[in-house]
Amino acid sequence: MIEYMAKHPDKLLTPLIEHIEMLVITLLLSIVIAAIFCMISALVPFIGNVLIHFFSIVYSIPSLALFAVLIPVTGLGRTTAIVVLVVYNQYLLLRNFLAGFANVNSNVLEAAKGTGMTKIQVLTKIQVPLSKGAIFTGMQLAVVSTIGIGTIAASINAGGLGSLLFDGLRTLNTVKILWGTVLSAGLAIVVNGVLNVVKKKQEGG
Amino acid sequence: MNAITFTNVSKQFPKTNYKAVKSVSFEIEEGELVTILGSSGCGKTTLLKMVNRLYDPDEGDIVLFGENIRDVDPVVVRRRIGYVIQQSGLFPHMTIEDNISTVPKLLKWDRKKQQERCRNLMELVGLDYEKFHKRYPHELSGGQQQRVGLARALAVNPKIMLMDEPFGAIDAINRLNLQDELKKIHRETNQTILFVTHDINEAFKLGNRVMIMNEGKICRFDTPQNVIRQPGDAFTQSLVQSAMDQEKFWREYRD
Repeated sequence: MIEYMAKHPDKLLTPLIEHIEMLVITLLLSIVIAAIFCMISALVPFIGNVLIHFFSIVYSIPSLALFAVLIPVTGLGRTTAIVVLVVYNQYLLLRNFLAGFANVNSNVLEAAKGTGMTKIQVLTKIQVPLSKGAIFTGMQLAVVSTIGIGTIAASINAGGLGSLLFDGLRTLNTVKILWGTVLSAGLAIVVNGVLNVVKKKQEGG
Repeated sequence: MNAITFTNVSKQFPKTNYKAVKSVSFEIEEGELVTILGSSGCGKTTLLKMVNRLYDPDEGDIVLFGENIRDVDPVVVRRRIGYVIQQSGLFPHMTIEDNISTVPKLLKWDRKKQQERCRNLMELVGLDYEKFHKRYPHELSGGQQQRVGLARALAVNPKIMLMDEPFGAIDAINRLNLQDELKKIHRETNQTILFVTHDINEAFKLGNRVMIMNEGKICRFDTPQNVIRQPGDAFTQSLVQSAMDQEKFWREYRD
């Protein structure tokens, strides 16, 4: 394995960087969209329930099937992969975010409403800062899930660490399979660790 | 001009088969401190929360200083009214100063004015500014937290204050102190205060007038003296009687 890395460093580095790019783009989009959904849910709580039900159903569709469904729309490649990953993340993020917001002490919520905060102000000034724990949990789940499902995206030419795995499987190259596994698992562990450090700092400060 | 006028106000919550408040009408003049007394479930909190539109009535009109609040944005109504609840409802992630400055911040006062106001308010409710302004609610005792809750409600000097069993969870000695301070603050500010309690001693001690509620209706609404002298209906009679029985109990043990 070490020999392989020494001989072809680019064959490992390129998929890793592709994977990280896919992860970063997916996460940013997921969080922005989840934030918008949260605001809508704050204004109309009914919509929050509908969204969670909808995304829970979508989440139960296997990723390969979802990739296949989207190919006629967005084609082969990274765009399709990111769309699917963002949709999956909505379930993980929304569920955790909304559960966190709902768990804020009802006395505190009533005081916030009673002092004349608008629904959006209650969300941004009270509910978000008081549910940091749930927000981080949601993001950590999304990171791990994106890295994992992201490997399957190689099947639709989206690149990333999955291409190592699929190449290895096709050519029965154990070294490639092992590297693909080690790198994607390693990536998940590192990113998770970084988020844990940020979380601890937030709680401490 | 009347500060608060209710005309035939009723409220029924969804999925219940009774009215929490049944066709209630009354008038409160500016500067009165009215206590609302009743057992749990009598509709006193519902009545209070209709004043700042946390609940909207199904029927009837609520007029504050000549303005029917049905026509005013709830957020605007609430920012004009001070609101104190049981357990204080302080925001745990904000300092005492930020908690007290909640409404001034919403109204975008400049920072210096906010700070000055906060300092005065903390003095008014008996908290040392230098010592407490940077602390967080969990670092304070229950009584101190409730003082902060009171200061937050007083921040923009509202003409009307609503207080929902604010001293309910506070020990007896601190409660008496807070009651005295509330009376003092009321004398200084001339605000109209609606104060919900289920403690008969508190109701009669604080109120210029006492509103006694039972099953969504007002049984009596009069000065403490008049209520005690002529309780009127059976419910009020039993309330007054229970307080007197308690008194008897104290006396028996002392003698």
